[in-house]
Amino acid sequence: MNAEQASNTLDARALQTTYRRLRSRLSQWVDRSPRIMFLLPAILIVLFLSVFPLIASIYLSFSRIRLVRGGYEITFVRYLNYRKLLKGTEERHFLGKYAEPSDFWKAVFVLLVIFAAYFVVYRFLKHLRHNRFNLIFIGITLLFSIGLAWLIPTTLTGQLLPGTLEIRELMGKYGNPPSLWRTTIFWSSIGLAAYYVIVQWINHAPINIFGFAFRVATVGFAATLLWLALITLNDDGLPGTLIVTFIFVFIGIFFQYTIGLGLALLVTQNLPGRRFFRVIFLLPMMITPIGIGFLFRMLTDTLNGPFSSIWRAAGWADFSWVNTPFGARAAIIIGDTWQWTPFAFIILLAALEGTSQDTIEAALVDGANRLQLFRYIILPQIIPVSTTVVLIRLIEGFKIIDMPQALTYGAPGTASESVTLQIYNSWRALDLGGSAALAYLLLVVSTFVAVVYVTIIRRSLLERFQ
Amino acid sequence: MKRFFSSPNPFRPSPAWMVVSYIFLFIWAFVVLFPFYWLGVTAFKLPIDVSSGPKYLPFVDFKPSTHAFEELLFETENFVSRPYMNTVSIALTSSICTIVIGSLAAYALTRFNYQPKPGLVVAFAVCIGIAILLIHNGMGWRPAVIIATLIYLLVAVTIGRRFRGGLTNDDVAFWLVSQRMLPPVAVILPIYMMFQQLDLLNTRIAIIITYTAANLPLAIWFMRDYFLSIPIELEESAFIDGASRYQVFWRIVMPLAVPGLVATFLIVLVFAWNEYLLGLYLSGPNTQMMPQLVAAQNATRGPQWWNISALVLMMVGPIVLLAIALERFIARGILVGAVKG
Repeated sequence: MNAEQASNTLDARALQTTYRRLRSRLSQWVDRSPRIMFLLPAILIVLFLSVFPLIASIYLSFSRIRLVRGGYEITFVRYLNYRKLLKGTEERHFLGKYAEPSDFWKAVFVLLVIFAAYFVVYRFLKHLRHNRFNLIFIGITLLFSIGLAWLIPTTLTGQLLPGTLEIRELMGKYGNPPSLWRTTIFWSSIGLAAYYVIVQWINHAPINIFGFAFRVATVGFAATLLWLALITLNDDGLPGTLIVTFIFVFIGIFFQYTIGLGLALLVTQNLPGRRFFRVIFLLPMMITPIGIGFLFRMLTDTLNGPFSSIWRAAGWADFSWVNTPFGARAAIIIGDTWQWTPFAFIILLAALEGTSQDTIEAALVDGANRLQLFRYIILPQIIPVSTTVVLIRLIEGFKIIDMPQALTYGAPGTASESVTLQIYNSWRALDLGGSAALAYLLLVVSTFVAVVYVTIIRRSLLERFQ
Repeated sequence: MKRFFSSPNPFRPSPAWMVVSYIFLFIWAFVVLFPFYWLGVTAFKLPIDVSSGPKYLPFVDFKPSTHAFEELLFETENFVSRPYMNTVSIALTSSICTIVIGSLAAYALTRFNYQPKPGLVVAFAVCIGIAILLIHNGMGWRPAVIIATLIYLLVAVTIGRRFRGGLTNDDVAFWLVSQRMLPPVAVILPIYMMFQQLDLLNTRIAIIITYTAANLPLAIWFMRDYFLSIPIELEESAFIDGASRYQVFWRIVMPLAVPGLVATFLIVLVFAWNEYLLGLYLSGPNTQMMPQLVAAQNATRGPQWWNISALVLMMVGPIVLLAIALERFIARGILVGAVKG
């Protein structure tokens, strides 16, 4: 009896300690858990709906997907989808139809490339100043840049992209073997660059070789794009969706930013009724872009639209200017600008209101005029915000689909079709692998542009103004 | 006359300059408002008034009629009401999910120190690759996912923590926010297939989850900056008084963050309300939403501008009213993100 009682109390005591231990562990866990529990849902959502699809769509872009009963049939086709886009049936759609640009534009192109190469080399040389292998490196760099500068104009005679032409000729796969001279210079410049990298590595020189390589890649990428624009945007060529998207993004951002800044400057002047303008100017941002597309289709109607008397006076009543290639693009840019100027406006307005009034007043007392005030006092203070505005619009701009779809549906032909619209169309046509490949190309291009913008343009702007 | 061009006070603009300013401001106000006016006018026109040249003023040029609204609302049952209810429910639910998950994550990123190992991240990517390879070689997706998860857990437990170096909170935040950079078309195809495998296609849940994922970066970005501006001392004193982290978050931080929450909620709501492409891929006949309905009008009935105008008007009405009423919040919310980001 006694023993039983004792064991009972022992049991109860053991139970109590276990319970207490469990409770303290639980409370410890509860104390520590927010660290994980707060962040976990966001991480899971991003993992399942961004990271996993991103990796899966690499695989999809290398395969052909067929709809079969109850699912899909996925066949691995290697790079065929990409080849179709870059050198195949969809090439004309995506990259455009090529034609020889005029000599003037060729000259402009060469000058721009040389200027950009000079800039890269100059920065590179500036870093080299404190190195003991100074002279050798300057010599190597000069040779390298001369080789590059010579290569580019020699390849301009063809109608292809400079890089691909050179590589094709070197491979000797499609045409005659290249001349000895070209081969020598091409390989020697590559060899010198490699030599340079190795020597740097050995000497642990304080030079950022990856930064240099990144700049060279940037110049090459920009030159390729510019060349693509030149050979497609002339009388005989037709721009593909890639160039059209670039037109939408860059011209659109230019207008959105300048108009937004102008309006913000006007509204910050302490005028009576500014709140009215602030509210009114914000409105276009709130409408779905599809609605704006249809709205502008009504407005640009030359026969029954509200401005038809103007078109009639201009003699345009009989034909629709939206049906010309540049008219269609202009209409989409106008719609986009109408919608997104408020975004630039509202942010720049707040930035302007946040500028320090003391310096402005001091400058005014010292007799600065309006232009000087803007250039030397206000602009440096709003540059950081401005670069962010442009970055956000850059990122969002590459996704444009609603406006072209509602306003023109890419017409005439594919003159106003954006890459995203092309992706959607090829998805509708059940070319799923092709649309995944196209989406990936868009991702690469837009990421590259954004990275270049952040690391080169934005940084140099910030350095210059601060 | 001289006084007109120069101001006695150098800090105030001269009257002439003010006149010029007002002219420009009114020009842009006209540019902004005229399309709205035209939208409103066209919605009340008869087809004959639309197609017989421009008619500007109601009651003067033409007699307004509500036939478009009657046709859309009463002629076909559920023609507008179902997409409208879908839009409202999906936009509201996904915005609430976004704001809850986003503010939790933003709070965590401003108050805790995370040091994820890059090795674990790389291992995760490799495991997804393994899963895809397994599926590629003919395995069903369920066993493939389980195997990949097991491999990942094994790696994480055994060698994952030995990797050198660590990422910081800023890296995690940048990674989360940079998801906004993805073009949705690059990820929508696998998402579509995933929901199809899970039998969720053509349900509201799939669309809500996807919209939440699409807008989450915005919420994290805005709310993180907002939480950074809330002083940490208040929370510390609450901890000394014995409050747990959950209590602090709910009782102290949340009430302080209400303006930021409202602003972020509104912005996310506008984005979800207007989202087009994701809904286009994922919605079916039962889950069609307003933007997709508007877009489909042209294809199914031809450009019947009176109907399209009425639809757009119905769709943008609530959002525009909300924007006018809460303009300050929205401006503030966008500002916080842009200035600090």
